[in-house]
Amino acid sequence: MRSENTIRVIALHVGVLAALFLVQFVLPDYHHLALTRVMLLAIYAMGYNMLFGYTGLLSLGHAMFFAAGLYGAGMTAYYTDLGVPLAFVIGIICGAALSLVIGVIALRTTGVAFMIVTMMFGQVAYLTITYFTDYTRGEEGLTMPTSARSFDLLGLHVDLTNAVQRYNLALGLLALTLLVIFVVVRGPIGRVLIAIRENETRTLMLGFDTFRMKLGALVLSGTISAMAGAAYGLMFAYVGATFATIQYSIEALLFTLLGGAGTILGPLLGSILMFYIIDITSEYTQAYLLVTGVALVVLVLFFPKGILGTIRERWLSWLP
Amino acid sequence: MAFGPFLLLATLEGLLQAAVLTLTALGLSLVFGVMRVVNVAHGEFYMLGAVVAWWVASMFSLHPAVGFFAALVISPLIVGAIAFASERLILKRLNYDPESTIVATIGMLYIIQQTVLLTYGPDARPVSAPFYYRIQLPWFGYSGYNLFVIAAAIVLLLAVWFVLSRTRLGLIMRATQFDREMAQAFGIPIERVYAFVFAAGAMLAAIAAVLIVPIRQAHYLMGLDPLLLSFIVVILGGLGSLRGTVIAALLIGLSDGIISVFFSPTLAKIISTLLVTLVLVFKPEGLFGAKAR
Amino acid sequence: MASVSLLSTKGLSRHFGGLKAVDNVDFTMREGEIRALIGPNGAGKTTFVSLLAGRIAPSAGSIEFLGKDITNLPAHKRVRDGIAYTFQITSIYPTLTVFDNVALSAQSALRRHPRSNQSDIAEKVHEALGRVGLEDRKGEKAGTMAYGHQRLLEVAMGLALEPKLLILDEPTQGLSDSEIESFCRLVKEIATSATVLLIEHNMPVVMQLADTITVLNHGQILAEGSPSDIRANAAVQAAYLGTG
Repeated sequence: MRSENTIRVIALHVGVLAALFLVQFVLPDYHHLALTRVMLLAIYAMGYNMLFGYTGLLSLGHAMFFAAGLYGAGMTAYYTDLGVPLAFVIGIICGAALSLVIGVIALRTTGVAFMIVTMMFGQVAYLTITYFTDYTRGEEGLTMPTSARSFDLLGLHVDLTNAVQRYNLALGLLALTLLVIFVVVRGPIGRVLIAIRENETRTLMLGFDTFRMKLGALVLSGTISAMAGAAYGLMFAYVGATFATIQYSIEALLFTLLGGAGTILGPLLGSILMFYIIDITSEYTQAYLLVTGVALVVLVLFFPKGILGTIRERWLSWLP
Repeated sequence: MAFGPFLLLATLEGLLQAAVLTLTALGLSLVFGVMRVVNVAHGEFYMLGAVVAWWVASMFSLHPAVGFFAALVISPLIVGAIAFASERLILKRLNYDPESTIVATIGMLYIIQQTVLLTYGPDARPVSAPFYYRIQLPWFGYSGYNLFVIAAAIVLLLAVWFVLSRTRLGLIMRATQFDREMAQAFGIPIERVYAFVFAAGAMLAAIAAVLIVPIRQAHYLMGLDPLLLSFIVVILGGLGSLRGTVIAALLIGLSDGIISVFFSPTLAKIISTLLVTLVLVFKPEGLFGAKAR
Repeated sequence: MASVSLLSTKGLSRHFGGLKAVDNVDFTMREGEIRALIGPNGAGKTTFVSLLAGRIAPSAGSIEFLGKDITNLPAHKRVRDGIAYTFQITSIYPTLTVFDNVALSAQSALRRHPRSNQSDIAEKVHEALGRVGLEDRKGEKAGTMAYGHQRLLEVAMGLALEPKLLILDEPTQGLSDSEIESFCRLVKEIATSATVLLIEHNMPVVMQLADTITVLNHGQILAEGSPSDIRANAAVQAAYLGTG
């Protein structure tokens, strides 16, 4: 019975990735570009979900990890000639280091205090970016130079101005993230993280060092979010302080809540839906954030488990 | 200007800031203390107070004082009613679960802010002060209205203190704060207390905003800074401790005015936010609050 | 018999403000015994075992386990050293399956054996569930089971930790008479592989199971001895049994 489920689950994920691969041949330019962005945002949200959905820790400052990747990679590419691949790696390392430091401090708190502490740290990160505006250009941001728009890796020449290459690069990163999260969540570590979410004291009394497990989850979460940021900055040739605002932290929460916290594909579904909802609304009004507000209230009131969480509860109990 | 008078001016500005901040933060602290709800939309009630004040004042085209004092009464009532309704419609249904209510109040923040953007628009608009009177000091002239704001805030604080410590209503609120189940067992209508407290918290923010709006204009994004500052004050003062809140608001209000004379405001914000975060992590009972029971 | 000391405390105390919940307790357990800890409500029993398990820190005194000072060892490391604690209030993961509940324990225990894998976990889960008689419920959601079964699951989680010392905090509370009977058989069976420390209110259960009984009153040890000694002890009768 378990193995039958495993096959179903693997088939579902491979199917989703295959569908994303195939739609690029039929999508019009605008949606092609939009979906590239959405896939990167989905990686960000999947990182967020690692912490919120699986470990039960609600962070309100995740934009700082996205921004750490964004600026780590973007500023390396802008100010040095280390090349795009190295800049990407440096971005990820920045995110991992930041999440380790933040985790060691913030995880001394729980519940509401953890939410406020992460929000405040996020705010500090944003203010720091604007304070060093001589280097970061603050809200105005930095545009990547032409030298950082293409690179050679393992004999392959990659052109980041090419939409098709960009799309498939984003898809590749999404597939990688999906694989990592899949392995972690469905293995022994995932079982312990979920146990911490359900009852931390009990998990401690089963002999698990819950602090270290939570720290590990936060670092993994922050690193994945930073990878999304690094890729976003390099692919779209722009880094700016808006990506570090609290609004970006809340978007990760919203995408995850909408799709279903604690489901592997939830953040992806939530990102796609919310992106298009906001995209369509902003054609009609500048107050498109109204949708964000209404969505948050409606979700938390009526669908706290999100779309996939509700589907799992009612119909498909095997959904991971 | 010589240093002495300069410091005096900074202190006066700091007192003004502290007066408004104390009222706003008190509202946040009250809601957290009694209901254990972190109201992220608190700053928007402040903003709403200012916008409604502009709207009321612009309807009375008589003497500015008439419009202002009408706003001082009407605006908190409207904001209180909106807060009351959102408490009934949203927070109550979430059973005051701490995490869900934070998410919900974030949603409320956007809903209020964006609705104001849609109706009131993106412009900043002034409200006339009820009177203009310049107090001529030897070194500079100072607005009498600013002093009025400080005095009004002190009167309001005393009133809040009186209600909390000397009336039956205050007793009920303190009992609810101390032990919800026990209060319920003694027949205190918890739900009504919560709705009342949430509305009262929002009204305090709205009053603060009406007082300040003749000095700073009404704008749909004006709620964000007071929210952050109120958080800082409430954390420093000890979550839910009213006495601590007042001391911390005075300290932050005064130092904010004085520090920003010497440092870049962004750096001051970075340092203060960081320090406060560390206080919350390492000394969650706050610097001035009583130790948690 | 050559008594090997498994666990001992010296001058162990825990004060809450002015209240001495546990006061200067010297306590020793032999390996392999079933020890019952009894005493009136508020005698400090749960505080005492919480100190042993590391859930709270002592105000004074020391704890030694297998010849090693564990006074300052965090709770999760004590579990790894072999002290398992089952909660007084049923503390399972209601939303997880019975299998996953026990798998968490098995996983924790198997970290002592490197190179263990998923099938080792499954095997251990199977074994622990078999011992408590829940093997055919492993796919159920733990929270949907009857209360008696949840208590058994709690014990299975303790067993799968492969403890040297299993602390059972009021395990028969809320069980029916027939459930209590089979529970006693289970505890005797457990005692063949682990030392058991039992906090219990139900005196027939205590008299039937315990090799030695320790009576706690006002945070101090009032008496200690075999069931018949305790039954005959006047001080115990006055403090405790006399009331019943």
